[in-house]
Amino acid sequence: MKYSAEFRDPVLARGLLEAIAETVAGYRGRMTLMEVCGTHTMAIYQHGIRALLPEAIRLISGPGCPVCVTPVGYVDHAIALARRPGTIIATFGDMVRVPGSSSSLLREKALGADVRIVYSPLDALTLAENNRQQTVVFLGVGFETTAPTVAGSILEARRRKLDNYLVLTAHKTMPTPMAALASDPELQVDGYLCPAHVSAVIGADAYLPLAEKHRVPCVVTGFEPLDVLQGVLMLSRQTVAGEARVENQYRRYVKPDGNPRARAILEEVFSPCDARWRGIGEIAGSGLEIREAFASFDAACQLSVTIEEPVEHGGCLCGEILKGKVTPKECPLFRTLCTPEDPVGACMVSSEGTCAAEYKYGC
Amino acid sequence: MKSDVILLGHGSGGKLSHQLLDDLIIPILSGIATRDQNDAAVLHHDGGRLAFTTDSYVVDPIFFPGGNIGDLAINGTVNDLAMTGARPLAISVGLILEEGLPLADLQTILEAMRGAADRAGVAIVTGDTKVVPRGKGDRIFINTSGIGVFDHPLEIRGSGARPGDKILINGTIGDHGMAVLASREGLALESDIRSDSAPLNGLVAEILAASGGAIHALRDPTRGGVATTLKEIALQSGVDITLRESALPVGEAVAGACAILGLDPLFVANEGKLLAVVAPEAAEEILALMRRRPEGREAAIIGEVGAVSAGKVYMATAIGGRRAIEMLAGEQLPRIC
Repeated sequence: MKYSAEFRDPVLARGLLEAIAETVAGYRGRMTLMEVCGTHTMAIYQHGIRALLPEAIRLISGPGCPVCVTPVGYVDHAIALARRPGTIIATFGDMVRVPGSSSSLLREKALGADVRIVYSPLDALTLAENNRQQTVVFLGVGFETTAPTVAGSILEARRRKLDNYLVLTAHKTMPTPMAALASDPELQVDGYLCPAHVSAVIGADAYLPLAEKHRVPCVVTGFEPLDVLQGVLMLSRQTVAGEARVENQYRRYVKPDGNPRARAILEEVFSPCDARWRGIGEIAGSGLEIREAFASFDAACQLSVTIEEPVEHGGCLCGEILKGKVTPKECPLFRTLCTPEDPVGACMVSSEGTCAAEYKYGC
Repeated sequence: MKSDVILLGHGSGGKLSHQLLDDLIIPILSGIATRDQNDAAVLHHDGGRLAFTTDSYVVDPIFFPGGNIGDLAINGTVNDLAMTGARPLAISVGLILEEGLPLADLQTILEAMRGAADRAGVAIVTGDTKVVPRGKGDRIFINTSGIGVFDHPLEIRGSGARPGDKILINGTIGDHGMAVLASREGLALESDIRSDSAPLNGLVAEILAASGGAIHALRDPTRGGVATTLKEIALQSGVDITLRESALPVGEAVAGACAILGLDPLFVANEGKLLAVVAPEAAEEILALMRRRPEGREAAIIGEVGAVSAGKVYMATAIGGRRAIEMLAGEQLPRIC
């Protein structure tokens, strides 16, 4: 791929690692830096970054994998819809393997439910157009990176007068949970590697209140290994200097005000709501619901199904892992009862989940 | 939760496939241990050896850039025989056709089979044709079986890797899987990626003739990709293997498409590639031999066998880090071959 080798240059990487080591040389104790986004988690594992950093820096993973933070009740709701005759479930691939209380979409598919994996909500729209006798329900899961395209698909469905396209939404927003974690006394976060793609929509300035109010340094960081190393360097410099500012490492992509057009589409279709995060619980104003004006596209309003009582697996530590309090290896189910082919928790299912990353790449 | 029904992932070539084989299929049908599984069975008869293998092809779509289900079905079986060091001799063809398949499509597929057989120097000697009602199949499924003979006494098997050996590959990875994926309906991904589907028996014969004793293991990284295949070799041989990220040949278009779709080319299927585990002193010579052939022009030494172990595979990353490589879990892309 063009322009990716440049961001994996071993000589530049060495230079950044030396600068990081110099910065933290005199630092007392360990600083805890949290990467919030699942793509960062993957990049850190995939390039073996953790072991290259000095002892004084501890990288922990946060709640930024959308599939991982989706509560069991939502999966059960999707499964109930999949069992409904005449329904096609359209979803991004990762969701099909997430265990619900007693089944998964993958299992329902094997038993005859019509579950289609799509790469874009617009593909789901095409499905609806080609299957007018059936109802297509798209599973709207994700942060501000995916939510605008889902909002766009609803606007497009209205334009094309498609009355068989519905969305079941569990969209979530940043940076609200980051503020919640910053005020958690059990968790000492010294700095945030802020998500790259989400920030391209919400803008680097979105983290200003977090840095000011909670005194946490925030650095918007790209996904290539040199981006991550530079982000860590910027955070460690702020931490050592006792500063708490918002910096933008990923300026080639993220603007201070983000992408106003994407946000406008988002705001036209969705309004903020309280949302349940798996493992973290209810966070006020951290989710998105479909506005009244678009209720005819809201699967939760339009289709009534019986959803089973949600049951979470007892020993699963996904919740603590999502808060960065526990590492995957500390979970008793990890690699024993919980594996990628037979997952218990969502952190193992999602290709961007911390447990999946540790299982796949951990040495 | 463990599944009580067959999932698409059971056909991925990765972990679920292994579980299905180990827990159900092999205990009932045969009884060979997992460690002895190779691309083809080697039978001893009358003082001589025969290689025997079978494979079914269900690729969707049946026509894709760089080939179709027909040449794939011949090349795949030729390559499975070649990976044991055998010279492919004869192939059988079983066709399962769905009512309504255009005869013109069948003709194109058969011509591709014939072309591939001629290219590999094998004869198609027996076959069978069945037709199923519309909706009970998907246009065409093909099964091919093949037998091969040995022109040398060498034993090439997945358990042959030794500490210090070098790992070679004859070219870029991930081309077949991404070519099939890019040509699927509903995925508007324009690219010039072509399948690498090709017979490898000529290349194998040449490197065996030149430095046979130095070649310890051969395997074609089809479903599950290079990662899964190397993990199999590491487990079967009981050794560590370290890959070097900067040495892995990945085409620009494949790398780009993988990045867009969130796939890792290490886990994407190949149909014209082999991994050779060779003695270190012969590695450069074998590399040079590979590079002289069209199917090996971009050959590279991509890693080394480390110490005797439980079978760990590592990646030395470009920026100097290290991570583990596991087998493909679940399905990355269904119906790729």
